[in-house]
Amino acid sequence: MIGVGKIKQYSNVLDKPVSKGKQEVSLSAFAFLFSELVQYNQTQVDNIAELERRLEDAGYAVGARVLELLCHRDKGNRRETRLLGILSFVHSTVWKVLFGKVADSLEKGTEHEDEYMISEKELLVNRFISIPKDMGTFNCGAFVAGIVRGVLDGAGFPAVVTAHFVPVEGLLRPRTTILIKFAEEVLKREARLG
Amino acid sequence: MAAIYSLYIINKSGGLIYYKDHGTASRMDTNDTLRLASLWHSMHAISQQLSPVSGCFGVELLEADTFDLHCFQSLTGTKFFVVCEPGTQNMEMLLKYVYELYTDYVLKNPFYEMEMPIRCELFDLNVTQGVQKDRVALLGR
Repeated sequence: MIGVGKIKQYSNVLDKPVSKGKQEVSLSAFAFLFSELVQYNQTQVDNIAELERRLEDAGYAVGARVLELLCHRDKGNRRETRLLGILSFVHSTVWKVLFGKVADSLEKGTEHEDEYMISEKELLVNRFISIPKDMGTFNCGAFVAGIVRGVLDGAGFPAVVTAHFVPVEGLLRPRTTILIKFAEEVLKREARLG
Repeated sequence: MAAIYSLYIINKSGGLIYYKDHGTASRMDTNDTLRLASLWHSMHAISQQLSPVSGCFGVELLEADTFDLHCFQSLTGTKFFVVCEPGTQNMEMLLKYVYELYTDYVLKNPFYEMEMPIRCELFDLNVTQGVQKDRVALLGR
């Protein structure tokens, strides 16, 4: 029995360090599950705005949990308290855990002080989805917008988050932009902190 | 130069759910394509019954003077077939590739209804790219 005693034994399950977790799941399995989620919600609503809201709510629950988990796993139970800190946490840490990569870009809105944008050339949830013409500007990225809202809300940065298709020159497919509009109180607090 | 004329996908009951013209030589109107699709569906079924070999899965290649017709049937009964210039190579590979695209961009799309005509932008886009000649050559590696 070589190696016995090398593995540290923890008598109490609470003493065990939190495992990194399995880092990947099958993309196909996820795509089918997500497709069913959209199809199910479609049967429950009678307009597109409602569908978008339901997807966002589904994402919100994910976001709230992801924040909790990542703060515990990566940050030693600390979380970001500053605006830019939490944004880059979403843009890199959250994105990496959920989608296996950092988001393509994080920008500040040019017209409004309280708006930030996270853009993705090809959002993972939209990889296999073509929106029918009669659905207009509907974007399944609403689910991801919900995740972002869940993370921000949980961390004390209430915001309105929406997903939009933005056409890019020279590319066949539009990219998806997650638009984050922070609540007034967040910016006031941020100004106070200096 | 070998050319691909057109690509068809028919559902398990013989209805045409996707048709794409790639050449200029064999343009057909909608009624003709529907007719060809259901005709092929029945012929395929009959060929299975007529075959002297047991465990036959139906016609895979039909060779005519002016065209070749390659057919691939998936396990669920959806048939993919391509009409091309006689002697075009690597068509089996292309059909498998189209099948792959179908499972990705059609079946994983929440807005697609099974057995109904395919109207998916991403599928269209990828099929067009796949059929382009250099792509076919690439698949034949």
